[in-house]
Amino acid sequence: MNALPFWVELIVALLLLASGALALVGAIGLLRLKTFFQRMHAPAVTTSLCIWCVALAAIVYFSARDGRLELQAWLIMILLTITAPITTSLLARAALFRQRPAKGPAKGPAAVDGNDRQ
Amino acid sequence: MSPLLTAAIFVTLACYALAMTLTALRLLRGPGAQDRVLALDLLYILGMLVVLVLGIRYSSQMYFEAALLIALFGFVGSAALAKFLLRGEVIE
Repeated sequence: MNALPFWVELIVALLLLASGALALVGAIGLLRLKTFFQRMHAPAVTTSLCIWCVALAAIVYFSARDGRLELQAWLIMILLTITAPITTSLLARAALFRQRPAKGPAKGPAAVDGNDRQ
Repeated sequence: MSPLLTAAIFVTLACYALAMTLTALRLLRGPGAQDRVLALDLLYILGMLVVLVLGIRYSSQMYFEAALLIALFGFVGSAALAKFLLRGEVIE
């Protein structure tokens, strides 16, 4: 196996270190923020910028290794860019739905549904 | 694999391990079920990142497909769990 040029390794190393720091930021945010709706924002750091850094590192590394453009890692970026907001919005809706009956005076699910429909 | 890249990958994997530990703490502690689902989703993504970085470490393209599958199944699982929390059943 031939050795990669130094600047390629530097770029890959910097991107990987940045992704590690961003993953840590997301996890600390998930652990430390107070309410669920604040906590929901922390993993978005990981699912957007962190994934982008790792995928770019993989693209740069494999392209430099094989001497041609290798864009497979792009698929993961596209997949997560599409799916992460879907998961987040579904979870937010679930959290809203589960928090609603606890707030007001004690009502059955049917009464809550009736209020919702008006 | 130069010492620079090896060291960077080691530090990155250590960061991911620490992040996974913190996420698992939220998974165990999480007051609501939605917190646990959120933490599980993040755990899936961090596991996928570990697999991707290991693919760079061992210079193999095979890891990429595993990472893609993990991302896909993580999304399906999280969406199903969120739907279950929302409706009480997954498929209506």
